[in-house]
Amino acid sequence: MDTVPATGLLASSWLLIALPLAGAAVLLLGGRRTDRWGHLLAIGTVTAAFVLAVLSTVELAGLDERSVGVDLFTFISTGRLDVGAGLLVDPLSMTFALLITGVGALIHVYSVGYMAHDPGRRRFFAYLNLFVAAMLLLVLGDSFVALYVGWEGVGLASYLLIAFWYTRPAAATAAKKAFVMNRVGDVGLALAIFLMFTQLGTTSYEGVFGSVGLLAGGTVTGIGLLLLLGACGKSGQFPLQAWLPDAMEGPTPVSALIHAATMVTAGVYLIARSAPLFDAAPVAQTVVVVIGAVTIMIGAVAGCAYDDIKKVLAWSTVSQIGYMFLAVGLGPVGYAAGIAHLLTHGFFKAGLFLGAGSVMHGMGDRTDMRRFGGLATRMRTTFVTFGLGYLALIGFPFLSGYWTKDAIIEAAFDRGGTSGWVLGGVAVLGAGLTAFYMTRLVLLTFFGEPRWEDGVHPHESPAVMTLPMVVLAVGSVGAGFLLVEAFPLADWLAPVFGEPEEATAHAIPPLAVSVLVTVVVALGVLTAWLLVGRREVPTTAPARVSAPVRAARAGLYADAVNEAVFMRPGIRLVRALRVVDDKGVDGVVNGIGAGLGGSSARLGRAQTGFVRSYALGMLGGAVLVAGALLAVTAG
Amino acid sequence: MIEAPDLSLSALSPFLFVFGAALVGVLVESFAPRHVRQPTQVALALVGTVGGFACTLLLAGRGEVTAAGALAVDGAGLFLQATIAGLGALSVLLFAERALDPARSAFVASAAVPAGSPRDRELLTDERVQTEVYPLATFAVGGMMLFVAANDLLVMFIALEVLSLPLYLICGLSRRRRLLSQEAAVKYFLLGAFASAFFLYGLALVYGATGTVQLAGIRQSVTDDGTGTLLVLGLGLLVVGLMFKASVAPFHTWTPDVYQGAPTPVTAFMAACTKVAAFGAILRLLYVAFGTADWTWRPLVYGIAIVSMVVGAVLGLTQTDVKRMLAYSSIAHAGFLLTGVIGLDAGTGSGLAATLFYLLAYGLTTVGAFAVVTLVRDGDGEATALAQWAGLARRSPLTAAIMTFLLLALAGIPLTSGFTGKFAVFRAAIEVGAWPLAVVALVTSAVAGFFYLRLVVLMYFSEPAEDGPSVGVPGLPTTIVLAVTVAATLVLGVVPGSVLDLADGAARLVG
Repeated sequence: MDTVPATGLLASSWLLIALPLAGAAVLLLGGRRTDRWGHLLAIGTVTAAFVLAVLSTVELAGLDERSVGVDLFTFISTGRLDVGAGLLVDPLSMTFALLITGVGALIHVYSVGYMAHDPGRRRFFAYLNLFVAAMLLLVLGDSFVALYVGWEGVGLASYLLIAFWYTRPAAATAAKKAFVMNRVGDVGLALAIFLMFTQLGTTSYEGVFGSVGLLAGGTVTGIGLLLLLGACGKSGQFPLQAWLPDAMEGPTPVSALIHAATMVTAGVYLIARSAPLFDAAPVAQTVVVVIGAVTIMIGAVAGCAYDDIKKVLAWSTVSQIGYMFLAVGLGPVGYAAGIAHLLTHGFFKAGLFLGAGSVMHGMGDRTDMRRFGGLATRMRTTFVTFGLGYLALIGFPFLSGYWTKDAIIEAAFDRGGTSGWVLGGVAVLGAGLTAFYMTRLVLLTFFGEPRWEDGVHPHESPAVMTLPMVVLAVGSVGAGFLLVEAFPLADWLAPVFGEPEEATAHAIPPLAVSVLVTVVVALGVLTAWLLVGRREVPTTAPARVSAPVRAARAGLYADAVNEAVFMRPGIRLVRALRVVDDKGVDGVVNGIGAGLGGSSARLGRAQTGFVRSYALGMLGGAVLVAGALLAVTAG
Repeated sequence: MIEAPDLSLSALSPFLFVFGAALVGVLVESFAPRHVRQPTQVALALVGTVGGFACTLLLAGRGEVTAAGALAVDGAGLFLQATIAGLGALSVLLFAERALDPARSAFVASAAVPAGSPRDRELLTDERVQTEVYPLATFAVGGMMLFVAANDLLVMFIALEVLSLPLYLICGLSRRRRLLSQEAAVKYFLLGAFASAFFLYGLALVYGATGTVQLAGIRQSVTDDGTGTLLVLGLGLLVVGLMFKASVAPFHTWTPDVYQGAPTPVTAFMAACTKVAAFGAILRLLYVAFGTADWTWRPLVYGIAIVSMVVGAVLGLTQTDVKRMLAYSSIAHAGFLLTGVIGLDAGTGSGLAATLFYLLAYGLTTVGAFAVVTLVRDGDGEATALAQWAGLARRSPLTAAIMTFLLLALAGIPLTSGFTGKFAVFRAAIEVGAWPLAVVALVTSAVAGFFYLRLVVLMYFSEPAEDGPSVGVPGLPTTIVLAVTVAATLVLGVVPGSVLDLADGAARLVG
């Protein structure tokens, strides 16, 4: 695939990044003066970026070579290292740009209502703009270094936004946790980039992918696994999944935009973008698939046990991103399917989070579903939009999730052999569990008797909030059909991933898969209704529960494992290192210092102040000089 | 019939300017009334040094031997002459400072009065000033410029004496702590005479071995006849005499005592200009006269460089006086400069340009550092004890900041001229394969960095003493010196390109 220089509108695609960045700069530097109109500016920049992205996409679609490079400037140029900053406009990056700016703009609008009474609203919009800019850089950059800069940028924005209410200890702790766990992943990404530098001398996509064949197999696998580590950190995949549910301490629009629709899918983007690398490293691909499958189960099981509406949605996100990892790990058959699910997920999960935010807004910022109930009549728009998102997520026939999730499950079965059956089975089971916990969530929140606390008066949210929810709900309903059947995403992405292959032999006929999944989903819904919908819901969670439920409530003990395996040994290691540092390193340093000081004092005694001894010293020196010269000439 | 030697007056113009100004200064001292002497002498000294500086610039690009082969006019010589004249002008400005000492001058009113006598105490607060220092310093500048241009060992010896004798004198002219100052002068004179004797003896041996005192003739003889014992011994003794002036260990012993005792403006002058002049002569002797037999002296200079770096850096650690500390720093820097001398190799090495740049950068930074020393004062004059500098940043943040910057430059921290210079000379040494020397230089740089930083830490992180020194408000001359040196140290550190190119273009020795 050749990249051609940008012309026309595409040459100014740097504006996509510059617009929200300028917005963030104005809001952060402008201070209180911008309080009154700051949020409007923020919406304006993101909307303008969205319009630009749409126009660029139209122009890109009209080109023969649908891969356009935009050179910006030389970033680092020293010796063999030459890092240029440039953008790569191709179907994959523009797809993401549309998602980011589109959903981003909607969530900006929603936030105007959600954050209306927050004194830090200007700061909030500044961070949101900053996030959009960094995320666009991440997907539009034409090299791994550019991606890394954006990667760290979204990490920063995510950290700032999780800790937006930094006076709450839980928010501060959650932000720190997210930061640390992301750092683990970032180290992997950084090491992968260093490996590319040393092995290939370049980090541009074009350069790296063009010379994958020159690398030893082990090196490619190493780079792939390191990239995967980075992807796991950012996307909340096993074993770095524990930060994502805690990140729900941030304001809900943040959860919708960053921790559901866009940033957490950056890992999927990274793997899809690095497709030529992973295609050459089957071992790394297998690991991707396994991690995806494991994460599907962890997210789905944990999602069943939580009572906090946002945490359930967060675990659901973890689980759904597991599907995407599974898809992109399957290789060429799965890339387009994974990206398609990512897009539809962006719609319905963002919609679900906005709905949850709307519920919280009406319930005085409470998140405990055991104290909800019966909200369907009080918050009609929220209920309808949330319901559509719910149906899309569980894969109700002909809504978005049905198309995209089924495609992934199908591809998993098509892998063939035992592994295909295992992966397919896990994916189907995950779909059933998803149906269970989501039905439980809807039943607890919108149906049954009201279990509200005193002083809570649920009410529908203002139009500025419901309107984005409606738009997202429409997307949740129609996006899947559009992307899979009407205008297949696989064709649009063909310049990046190659022409989609028509699978000739299916392990199971597609229709059978659809029926199987639908039946399993129906079973999940039914179980939820039997266990939750028909019974009285206790307002506090029962304490005496079986071991599996306890495990699920603890997020399958991820935190405990982290503490036992990493934190405590880490603390012990640090203590030991401190002892070594105090006794050993400091000892050596102080010893050198004392040695030098002592010899200095001893040598200093020669400085007697007497001219006679100075003259003697000079004479001695002169004798040495003469002797040395004679020795050299004689020898 | 004796033929008049060819004499290119234009090539001699820098010397004519400087020595002319000095001679007129002597006349002014004799005939002008007392009250006009100080301004006239300062003006004359500045005209001489700045004029000499301008003349060297006009001569840029010339490459010839004149005055019957006694003088070389070449790029390296002119660069060094310009450096000496420029640093000399800055030193004259420090001499002329009138605002800092209550008695309006750093120099004693009447040097002949016995120290500590009642008359001396009277004169201590008198506003009379000694103005002989200006012509004396101008003579010294002239001698130094001649020193780096001498293409003949006898001319070199005369230049050595012309630059040394005035220095011996003005070292003893301090207004305060006169005994210390006079002791320094006598020590410097005795040891300097001793060193001159070495040089002269070496000259005689070389003449005996080769039958000529001209550098070109010696070179010819070395190439044709090889090196005999006599010649090598002569070379050794010449080197000893020059290394003494450059305060290279183990011929450095006078340096701390003299630097400490001399009036601080004179110390600045010596530390900067004498070093430049001495290294100019060393380069010329080693490369013009003995360049074809460099295998004889290379191991020697190698060893001396290491000794000088180690002695300067290690002894600097335990100093308790700022001026002595800077003296040991000067010894260590002499060692670093010798790595540049090692890095000079016919054809390949960039050592000459690197050494030229280093000398310029070091000279400017050193003058600035001593200028700061003149500012920190208590009732007895300058407060040079390190302990008195504690907490200086609270009393005068600007002074502390300037000193910190200059110390960082001496330590060779990036973005200062010190880093550029060190980088250049170390690279030159590595280019000719002397990487062990570069390693030693790096280690000693780190050790030396410790005592520079110790002063920084002392200024910023220690509690000021109750009766600590105050920071004087400098007059215009010292302010100009500080501004120029700080700006130059910064510019040569951040954008050294043009000056490096200049040094590169000037890096040529004829003879």
